[in-house]
Amino acid sequence: MGNGLPNLANPELQRRGLSGAVYDSVADLGAVVIRWVAIVGDVTIFALKTVSWLMTRLPRRDTLLPSFYNIGVLSLPVVALTGTFIGMVLAVQSYTQFRAFGFETRLGALINMSMCRELGPVLAATMLAGRVGSAIAAELGTMRVTEQIDALVSMGVNPIRHLVVPRFLACLLMIPSLTLMAIFMGTVGGGFYAVSVLGIDSYHYWSNSQQFVSNWDLFYGIFKSVFFGAIIAIVSCHRGFNCAPGAEGVGRAATAAFVMSFVIILIVDFVLSVMLDQVHDAIWPEHFTGL
Amino acid sequence: MVAENLAKGTVGQGATPHVEVHDLNVRFGRQVVLRDIQLSVPYGQTLVVIGESGCGKTVLLKSIIGLIRPASGFVSFAGDRLDSLSDKALTRLRTRFGFVFQQAALFDSMTIAENIEFPLRQHRSISREQAHAEVVRLLGEVGLPSAALGKKPAELSGGMRKRVGLARALVMSPEVLLYDEPTTGLDPIVSDVINELIMHTRERHSVTSILVTHDMRSAQKVADRIVMLYPFSRLERDEPQIIFDGTPQEIRESTDRRVSQFVRGEAGERLMEMNQ
Repeated sequence: MGNGLPNLANPELQRRGLSGAVYDSVADLGAVVIRWVAIVGDVTIFALKTVSWLMTRLPRRDTLLPSFYNIGVLSLPVVALTGTFIGMVLAVQSYTQFRAFGFETRLGALINMSMCRELGPVLAATMLAGRVGSAIAAELGTMRVTEQIDALVSMGVNPIRHLVVPRFLACLLMIPSLTLMAIFMGTVGGGFYAVSVLGIDSYHYWSNSQQFVSNWDLFYGIFKSVFFGAIIAIVSCHRGFNCAPGAEGVGRAATAAFVMSFVIILIVDFVLSVMLDQVHDAIWPEHFTGL
Repeated sequence: MVAENLAKGTVGQGATPHVEVHDLNVRFGRQVVLRDIQLSVPYGQTLVVIGESGCGKTVLLKSIIGLIRPASGFVSFAGDRLDSLSDKALTRLRTRFGFVFQQAALFDSMTIAENIEFPLRQHRSISREQAHAEVVRLLGEVGLPSAALGKKPAELSGGMRKRVGLARALVMSPEVLLYDEPTTGLDPIVSDVINELIMHTRERHSVTSILVTHDMRSAQKVADRIVMLYPFSRLERDEPQIIFDGTPQEIRESTDRRVSQFVRGEAGERLMEMNQ
């Protein structure tokens, strides 16, 4: 990963034989653990610096607007398209099982709740990580490799304030809109397929949806998406800032930005889901979710 | 602090050097790049640091402006230690330096005009018209037509990009100009144009200049003083890393084999090493 982080076991210390192999394996494992602890610490410091700059002074309008446009507006079509198809796929996959129990009119509840609570935010985050996260890492990585970030520092401009804060703000504030778009298009796509192609009664389809899906479910998805946006921005900018030299380094930074963001998003998704269900049970004990 | 001292005029061209490097040690992991570097640059001097590729010239230049943190030692600017400054003070101090990067390091998402006026717009309250007038003046000073203003850096040649880089470095009226290999990758004619620009800039703006290069023609032409760095890995134990410090005349007459080989551009024993 570069950045002065420790390498795998020191070759000078490597020993021969079975005990040597065990020793080397433990040493390698230790080195990997130390490296990951160092990366987590580095990303945390990077995030704290970003938030502290955000609190100190907002970036200029002409720096913010292009980021908002690129991250928010240009991502809308792809999020809308994938949202529509995910909604329709859900209808296709669930129909057979639901029909076996005679529950096909409840398909709307399943599709819409899945879109609101899980698929909408995760889909928007996946699209954003793929389309924007990789691009941010590649752009900042190229700026690192071509000394443009050093040039900023040499001019007395803080690169985190100038490069990271606008992208962080744009990801944070635009992802709820993208999530809403994914949920809306998934609902429309699923409803269209269920009613028009599968022939489910539209009144019962939508009334069941209305009965089972609440404002809480919508809030649930949007709340999670804000965290996903922050993760994408911080991880992608951090990867770009710590890019290894050359074209290979930029390529790796772009790939690592997507993979790391996505893994962290899924972990945080699980943690937030558990946490939000507990909050829900605490506020509305009569609607106990089972945890 | 530095800014206040300079504003009060308590820092002048007296005994205090403009830039001073004290016992500077830089390491990347286990690799030692610079060891115990001592360097003092008086006001208005043009110092050229020469040495073969990988000897630590650029690392030295970046350490002077705090882009690379040393393992030990420190840099002083007009008597004030950079390592004792807060982040905010160091950021403010950096506006008193101008850095011309090896590949110009222009922001490729901006036009030439936006690149040059960028430091002005970040640090000074200046109208769009005033900024534009300053950009046109500087572009003329580095010998570029105003037709280049609306172009992107990718549309310019290497020599033109370096000139834009110089214009951007000059826009804040710096006291010290740092040049990282300003003629590398350019043809001899354009290289000479850049050399003339460096000399012209020094006369016109009365700046202290530190230039890193392995181009001996450039070094001989622009330098008041030349310092030669030698790769740490090739040094004898306890031998200083600066193996020459003198005038352009003195370096031509140097009897140190390593210095004279570099000045004449001869591989010497390196050829034998390659064959082995």
